[in-house]
Amino acid sequence: MKNFIVAPAPHAHSGDSVRRNMLLVILALLPAYIVSVVEFGWGALITAAISVAACVLTEWLISRYLLKEQRQTIGDLSAVLTGLLLAFNLPSNIDWWIVLIGAIVAIGVGKMSFGGLGQNPFNPALVGRVFLLISFPVQMTTWPVAKGFATGYLDAETGATPLYYLKHIVKSGDTGFVDQLPSLWDSFLGVMGGSLGEVCALALIVGGIFLICMRVITWHIPVAILATVALFSWIATPAGMEPQVFIGYQLLSGGLMLGAFFMATDYVTSPMTAWGKIIFGVGIGFIMMVIRTWGAYPEGMSFAILIMNACVPLLNKFRPQRFGEKKK
Amino acid sequence: MKTFRIGGVHPQDNKQFSAHQPIVECPLPKQAIIPLVQHIGAPAQAVVKEGDKVKVGDLLAKAGGFVSANISSPVSGTITKIGDWTDAWGAPGQAIYIDVEGDVWSSDINRKPELEHQCTLDSKAIIDKISAAGIVGLGGACFPTHVKLMPPPGKTAEVLIINGVECEPYLTCDHQLMMEHGEEIIIGIEILKKALNVQRAIIGIENNKKDAIEHMSRLAQSKLGIEVMPLQLKYPQGGEKQLIDACIGRQVPSGALPIEVGAVVDNVATVFAVYEAVQKNKPLISRVITITGKNVSKPGNYLVRFGTPIEEVIALAGGVPVDTGKVIGGGPMMGRAMDHIENMPANKRLSGLLFLPEAESIRPEQDNCIRCGKCVQACPMGLEPYLLQRLGELEMWEECEKHDVMDCIDCGCCVFTCPAHRRLLDGIRPAKAKVGALIRERNAKK
Repeated sequence: MKNFIVAPAPHAHSGDSVRRNMLLVILALLPAYIVSVVEFGWGALITAAISVAACVLTEWLISRYLLKEQRQTIGDLSAVLTGLLLAFNLPSNIDWWIVLIGAIVAIGVGKMSFGGLGQNPFNPALVGRVFLLISFPVQMTTWPVAKGFATGYLDAETGATPLYYLKHIVKSGDTGFVDQLPSLWDSFLGVMGGSLGEVCALALIVGGIFLICMRVITWHIPVAILATVALFSWIATPAGMEPQVFIGYQLLSGGLMLGAFFMATDYVTSPMTAWGKIIFGVGIGFIMMVIRTWGAYPEGMSFAILIMNACVPLLNKFRPQRFGEKKK
Repeated sequence: MKTFRIGGVHPQDNKQFSAHQPIVECPLPKQAIIPLVQHIGAPAQAVVKEGDKVKVGDLLAKAGGFVSANISSPVSGTITKIGDWTDAWGAPGQAIYIDVEGDVWSSDINRKPELEHQCTLDSKAIIDKISAAGIVGLGGACFPTHVKLMPPPGKTAEVLIINGVECEPYLTCDHQLMMEHGEEIIIGIEILKKALNVQRAIIGIENNKKDAIEHMSRLAQSKLGIEVMPLQLKYPQGGEKQLIDACIGRQVPSGALPIEVGAVVDNVATVFAVYEAVQKNKPLISRVITITGKNVSKPGNYLVRFGTPIEEVIALAGGVPVDTGKVIGGGPMMGRAMDHIENMPANKRLSGLLFLPEAESIRPEQDNCIRCGKCVQACPMGLEPYLLQRLGELEMWEECEKHDVMDCIDCGCCVFTCPAHRRLLDGIRPAKAKVGALIRERNAKK
């Protein structure tokens, strides 16, 4: 009598895998990365390479020697993605050893200390980024000015970004600073200073739409964030500025697009259900605008996402619509 | 095109292997094994004894309760043994063993090939005939059909929904039955409409069977109150609750039966059996099963008398392919993997045999849950599989109940879709069993 393999149903699988999802997100980041390399030159390449390598190595060392895991997880590409996202959040000309520290904190503290992929409550790349922002405030807020394709590290030229001017306009009511802003069109295309991967809104939106079409992420979180930011900006438009112009700058500046499509949508640290995701997105948009408008920092995307990450277990209490349940 | 509203997945339908293969009748076996449980509910009680001679159609065992079903002899011959028998999954039970002698049919059965269009019986007489014929739902659940036709007091049926969806990948037996016996199915629908006293019947067919949609639409054209509804391809559309939602846009509440929203659902194969029972006096003694798989040499649709050892049907399809890892009774989404194929007869419950190559038979290792929420999006009942699995693992039964574990229909969408290959149902099934037992215990105390 021949015995066959016995296992519970189902006996078919979609073919989806953790690795495939991570790979698709990495692919979706490529357009923005290409823009960065064109604008910031070698700095963008080197910073990303160090960050990715350090993240992967940190995960492997901790998993292999500290946790003594039998199965290594670096093949799932989640550490590569964390490394890339961390690099996207850093100025391209930052010292290499700062990148290294950021990567070790991101993976070591942000991810592996909780038990690895799937266990961490906070977005690891943002844990690394915020650690660096607090530890190296000067280096982290000195961005090179984009000049088209450049070789070598670019000199840091200015610490003042569009968001800095926007905050000043809101606070002082002095619309004279509007002249200092890059044009909205430049903001959309990314011809301005900023962190390595955050400048080109167009490329980030293309990547985000790709992820939604590939069903890697759903529309709920990005749309909720962007809609909240737009609404908040509309209400808070300073006198002397056109609302649509102010909304435009708020949407296209800083880390908003990168955060909305790629950081806030991190599977592990975002809610599971549609309503949970929407509230999560609204929370991020609101907190970010509060920080941008009244906070000590010009940008608040990282903080907003990390704060809402902490609310995820609570947001997971929003059940999906059950079959046969009457709508209340 | 319509479909159900919550969740669902899109597995490859893989129906190309056996689709459009004409139904081939399987030769009679030397010995037939007739299990006494071929349905949901109480086992049937044997009414014959060892040494008895039986003809095709003679009653072997009568229903052991209201929710149970008669079993008639699919062969003629001598009963050699009534005793213990173990199925291909290791579950013990009772079976009647018959040594087959010739093929002598009971004289009550009308074996003429002509269609019998007219049915003059009233509702009660129809239901009695269906009950006597031992008809159960042939779509998979094997719920006794006559029970469905007798709504509890206070409830009335408004619409009869005929399940021609066949959403399980690979299986094609219902498709082929519609193509070859569409007329009988239409007459069967008219009989069931009369039994239920409903004016409207809908035949739901998924869009991957365009020829069946066309064929059945043509046949239904001249009939009043029978419509064919093409449905968008999505698994598990053949699930009773999903099909009702897709066809009439009503959702059966948690824990309730379809009659709660005025619907009764029957599979096309069941309807064909109803035609044969009511018009031809033929009890349920055979069915069409699909033998299929990528490496099966003659995949197809075979008409098999119950009791025929599946080995003989498999031989007809070219034998077990060399690199077979799993033999699945049913389709790949909800079918059960058999340990062995010996000593296992075709029966009311078996809709197909699927041979999966070894490479597709091994479950990949599980990764950590990455909380992507894809199981939540896929669940057609709107549940949270990741959470139920975890709660089940922690034996938090009350929490499982609060999160509606009993609504799970076992469709497998969550496991199918999980990128981390989590074995969610391995945790949810035991939780369902345990919570079900606790609920029964609680109700018994009241």
